[in-house]
Amino acid sequence: MLLKFIGHALHAGVCALAATALLSSTAHAQTSEYKLANGLRVIVKEDHRAPTVVSMVWYKAGSIDEVNGSTGVAHVLEHMMFKGTKQVPVGEFSKRIAAAGGRDNAFTSRDATGYHQQLHKSQLPLAFELEADRMANLVLSPEEFTKEIRVVMEERRLRTDDRANALVFEQMMATAFIAHPYRAPTVGWMSDLESMTWHDARDWYDRWYAPNNATIVVAGDVNPKEVFALADKYFGAIKMKVLPERKPQDEPAQRGIRRITVKAPAEQPSLMMGYRAPILRDVENDWEPYALEMLAGVLDGHDAARLNSALVRSEKIANAVGTYYDSTQRGPGMFMVSGVPSAGRTVAELEQALRRELAKIVTDGISNDELKRVKAQVVSSQVFQRDSIYYQAQQIGSLEIAGYPHQTMDTMISKLRQVTPEQVQAVAKKYLIDDSLTVAVLDPQPLDAAKPAAPAEARHVQ
Amino acid sequence: MFNNVQRWFCVLTLCAVAAPAWALLPIQHWQTKNGARVYFVETRNLPMLDVSVDFPAGSAYDTREKSGVAALTQSLLKLGAGGLSEDEISRRMADAGAQFGGRVDSDRSGMSLRTLSSPDEMKQSLDILARMLQRPEFPATVLEREKKRIIDAIREADTKPETRASRNFSELAYGNHPYGLRGVGEAATVARVTRDDLVAFYRRYYTADQAVVAIIGDLARPAAEALAEQLTAELPRSASAPTISPVPSLAKAEMRVIAHPASQSHLLMGMPGIKRDDPDYFPLFVGNYILGGGGFTSRITEEVRSKRGLAYSAYSYFAPMQERGPFVIGLQTRKDQAGAALAVVRATLKDFLDQGPTADELLRARQNLVGGFPLRIDSNRKILDYLAVIGFYHLPLSYLEDFVPSVEKVTLADIRAAFARRVDPARMVTVVIGPDAATLAAAAVK
Repeated sequence: MLLKFIGHALHAGVCALAATALLSSTAHAQTSEYKLANGLRVIVKEDHRAPTVVSMVWYKAGSIDEVNGSTGVAHVLEHMMFKGTKQVPVGEFSKRIAAAGGRDNAFTSRDATGYHQQLHKSQLPLAFELEADRMANLVLSPEEFTKEIRVVMEERRLRTDDRANALVFEQMMATAFIAHPYRAPTVGWMSDLESMTWHDARDWYDRWYAPNNATIVVAGDVNPKEVFALADKYFGAIKMKVLPERKPQDEPAQRGIRRITVKAPAEQPSLMMGYRAPILRDVENDWEPYALEMLAGVLDGHDAARLNSALVRSEKIANAVGTYYDSTQRGPGMFMVSGVPSAGRTVAELEQALRRELAKIVTDGISNDELKRVKAQVVSSQVFQRDSIYYQAQQIGSLEIAGYPHQTMDTMISKLRQVTPEQVQAVAKKYLIDDSLTVAVLDPQPLDAAKPAAPAEARHVQ
Repeated sequence: MFNNVQRWFCVLTLCAVAAPAWALLPIQHWQTKNGARVYFVETRNLPMLDVSVDFPAGSAYDTREKSGVAALTQSLLKLGAGGLSEDEISRRMADAGAQFGGRVDSDRSGMSLRTLSSPDEMKQSLDILARMLQRPEFPATVLEREKKRIIDAIREADTKPETRASRNFSELAYGNHPYGLRGVGEAATVARVTRDDLVAFYRRYYTADQAVVAIIGDLARPAAEALAEQLTAELPRSASAPTISPVPSLAKAEMRVIAHPASQSHLLMGMPGIKRDDPDYFPLFVGNYILGGGGFTSRITEEVRSKRGLAYSAYSYFAPMQERGPFVIGLQTRKDQAGAALAVVRATLKDFLDQGPTADELLRARQNLVGGFPLRIDSNRKILDYLAVIGFYHLPLSYLEDFVPSVEKVTLADIRAAFARRVDPARMVTVVIGPDAATLAAAAVK
């Protein structure tokens, strides 16, 4: 699959760090919700601009639910979901969707696994029929597993092993989190992929693929009642399961700064700094996560925001800077700043400069104009996102899976707009502290001196 | 509320065959006073507006000596214009909640704007776009900084196997033709670029009569006309339309194998393909869906990935340009499998060229491309891109209405004949970055 690791992709390139996640959440007029007797939830977002529809099935099963020794299994199972059922032979799922004029794909993130189709609205029943079939009747054969696990290893090589900044991010997460499963990459450690069997994938499927662990989101030119009836028709007969207990695996408090160096073939060094930070739990009463979202916007929400203006444009100490914070996820939060020093400048100098910019906010606060500027983008992006039904469905699904009812989105937006400069200063002061900081540095290695491959791969036998 | 997009689709699905040429997408077209071509679709569903302005000012107009001028010119438009500094521009854009984008490819350079259609926001963001397009200042200090950043980025990119693959492919496939130049330039050529180069390039290629203005959104025709004037009235007219020389055909097959320490090898093969107005466009488009463009339904993905687990991504595509853009087959695989993957791709292509697709494959391709047509125009953003392409490449205003019939018309014989004319393994270049030549040769023999 051309699958996206949502969290992963956002972090992989230092220069491509998105400013914030909530700033790009969508308006949600005209949503309807329904729950089947077997626990399956269906959320419909009407958008009648075009006769198309996007259908997504989200399973609350991401790499956060994995255990040591079988990291990557959520993602491997995602690949195996295209390998057929008794009714629909291997490879046929995508072929049938394609023959109906549709596009289909899937993704695995830290928090969830999702499957989606984009189609003419008349073809929604086909998407439901196929998804319902593989929710209950997946055939997992050792032969197909043996081929597909090799595809997944190629994917890991492509997206992580041969990308210096992806390696830095992977090792940074493994350093910042000791107990929590966010420490492991969604794609899995190579050794775990090498030792994985089709039984592991089967176990995962049996455990998590159940209607009462799934949410369907449909957006587009549809009638909610008809969608609910279709859901009953196709998914209604699937039995619910007793879901395994989810252990919290809470991360212990960090007791001091952590620093790592990652050596990888590259030309330029880079720097990632991650501060442990809270996430949104109580949409009505929390305020810190909203203030952290705005802090990220003030630092990096547009080209003249503080970091780019000061460090790239004015001082020219950095070639690129970025900030990332996502207040809405299942696991613990992190407020990240990152950068690539310009030629002749060191990561140490860049770290000092980044710290100085953060300290300025802690000591001097921010102006009302700066905050207003970030809020203007909250407002406009609410409108812009309505141009894409795919994006609207994606937003609803990712929030729901992380535990935020989609109806609370308006509240979130309104809370964001209420954030004050004092609150931004307060969260900067409280959370941008060394004791909860992890710093990762890319130490670029010349190509000819690089080792040909990781040892794990050399051991791998076809 | 009057619902344009929906109405177009009703027309399509209910009476596509009988639909008059204007029915599907009511594209309004006119020229500004000084000759810019405007393509406008009015749709009032969302209180927003998308605009793009493109010029024939892509990297094909760069010189080998100073490759990168086109991209630098484009990227400096927003870094100082009409008396506003780069930070003032960014702040005003942000205050308006607007999003600016830009693009540079071999043929085109341009800017795009997405803005709210509320009067204050729209006025402010259009004012900035108008200044960037018509009064860029190319500040010397900004240029020096950007050159350094770009040179650093080029050096970084040059360590990556995918960059090495595409650079070597371009060299072999395009030789001295400007389509072989890298858009962003080379470290040495960017270092040579002066402010005078940017000013001269801007004056020559950013001209009113060559401009293509695409507009979609919450706007009435008179306001769209005023907007198009506002964005182009100050631009000069060109003395002559810029041209790109024809792409010479390759004389023979050629292969480059270059060692690289990455864990995967990157493989590209192909040759100059077709022009945007090529009569073979649709047979090749449909045929390539079957060969390597249709994801899991395509032969290359089936053979390389699904059957053998050799790669995560394996594909083929045509990139039709003003002159002949490339036909490319690509994949990445663990280094010691490069020989095996190459053999599979060659065999798959040979079989496709010799036998052509099957009737069932053509049926499925047609079903997807016809049935999936509504997905191509179900957002303002997607329609904007079509407007810009239709305008830039002088495609008929009926291009979108013609799309479905053009696909349906394609026969098995058309595909075989078009591929026979356009794709020839005996004159194809192959680049493998990863294994050294001896290792690859040894693997291929096995």
